[in-house]
Amino acid sequence: MSMIEVKDLNLYYGDFQALIDVNVNIDRRKITALIGPSGCGKSTLLRTLNRMNDLIDGVRITGSVIIDGEDIYREKTDLIRLRKKVGMVFQRPNPFPLSIYDNIAYGSRIHGIRQRGELDRIVETALSRVHLWEDFKDRLDRFALNLSLEQQQRLCIARLIAVTPEVVLMDEPCSALDPVATANIEELMYELKKDYTIVIVTHNMQQAARVSDRTGFMLLGRLIEYGDTGSVFTSPRDKKTEEYITGRYG
Amino acid sequence: MKLSPKWKQRIAFSVLGLASVVVIVPVIVIFSILIEKGLPAINWEFLTAMPRMGMRAGGIFPAIAGTMYLVLGTIVVALPLGVLAAVYLVEYARQNWMTRMIEVAIVNLAGVPSVVYGLFGLGLFVIFLKFGSSILAGSLTLSIMVLPVIITASKEALSSVPQSFREASLALGVSKWQTIRCIVLPNALPGILTGTILGVSRAAGETAPILFTVAAFYLPRLPKSVFDQCMALPYHLYVLSTQVPNVNPKIQYGTALVLVALVFILNFLAIVVRAHIRGKKQW
Repeated sequence: MSMIEVKDLNLYYGDFQALIDVNVNIDRRKITALIGPSGCGKSTLLRTLNRMNDLIDGVRITGSVIIDGEDIYREKTDLIRLRKKVGMVFQRPNPFPLSIYDNIAYGSRIHGIRQRGELDRIVETALSRVHLWEDFKDRLDRFALNLSLEQQQRLCIARLIAVTPEVVLMDEPCSALDPVATANIEELMYELKKDYTIVIVTHNMQQAARVSDRTGFMLLGRLIEYGDTGSVFTSPRDKKTEEYITGRYG
Repeated sequence: MKLSPKWKQRIAFSVLGLASVVVIVPVIVIFSILIEKGLPAINWEFLTAMPRMGMRAGGIFPAIAGTMYLVLGTIVVALPLGVLAAVYLVEYARQNWMTRMIEVAIVNLAGVPSVVYGLFGLGLFVIFLKFGSSILAGSLTLSIMVLPVIITASKEALSSVPQSFREASLALGVSKWQTIRCIVLPNALPGILTGTILGVSRAAGETAPILFTVAAFYLPRLPKSVFDQCMALPYHLYVLSTQVPNVNPKIQYGTALVLVALVFILNFLAIVVRAHIRGKKQW
């Protein structure tokens, strides 16, 4: 069974329709990439998966998004539970203006873990997972905003996996990073897919081709093509997909 | 004769420069007169003793203490109220005619003359709610007066916390209220405090709002509870200057100097807090 099933999803910002009849199944413990030109709705689609669009005034949604058998757009959905399960990493690294330790412990503390020993263990596990532990185990009180951008993005990923999500949504997680840092984060994503379902939005096609198992191509609010990354890139079924990935527009 | 562009520019610069000098002249003059004529009056007794001989001698301690009480009372009432209102307006309220009305009301509240606040306080707190002329009534009146300043400053401080912090927190399954409490408010606090101190320092120097609601003409002892009257520096200064014959001008200027110094200390505190944030803020 798929981790996430999106059915007949339509999304409107006021009068503007940003998503049109989107249907997509996202596989468990795979990396799914969403590509397409700016304004095609890929970030919007990503943000419907943990209802971050709820923060914007005037958004209207029809259709359903079923995660683990539960329609998250039902009235009684617990947004806190949903977002613990479906976390998000943003375009610009956004650590809190706190120490490294407090950044990682933030979510756990709020979710009720107070014991120092347990928090220490959570921080160590999360930081090890993103390869920051060795560098910072003696400097956990460092101010997070003084780290390099790549380290900050790793920290944000660690902060997220510290609250044990099942799905990690990534909204152009490398667009603020240099090529070396980008390669490092991509490698990290590859390691993480053992345990997490990852959905990544990117307008870097090479990145999608490198890291993802499945790729969806979006254009003007529609999901034009969706399939195994290999076949989407080598033998696209739709002419528009072909034109986009061969660089005819974008 | 036609002026060359170079000369036109020189004249323009001189006029602009002159305008900015004119602005600081009153400040310098006020300060030098106050210091010259008031400083001789300032000594330990003046600051810590009760007034004697119908306020013609002794100190102004009850007035200093009274103003301190009023400042404190104003902070206690207006800070929580103002911050809560600002949090609601920035974080929860949707943009509609209701919130626009509230915003217009806040702006207009800031423009109401202070004597009107005084009369309002007299009507509501002193007479209708039967608090009598008291520190409670005075603090509440001053609170209403500074509320627009505190709300506006708090709103700005809250809006300047990056949206990305809120999103990051929400995306971890943290509720909106917890996000506000644990991330937004701590980061907005220095800005809120700066605004509050500036608002309250203005309140400390106001005469009209306390005239009918708390200020005692002559009360050579300290208040025992919030239901007591107290003396206050601005009103004391008014009394010394107009109501008491044969006061040594030294005492009048000394009182004015103490009041101005108090307001400046508060403003300076606000500047220190703000500089401290600027140093720490890195986003």
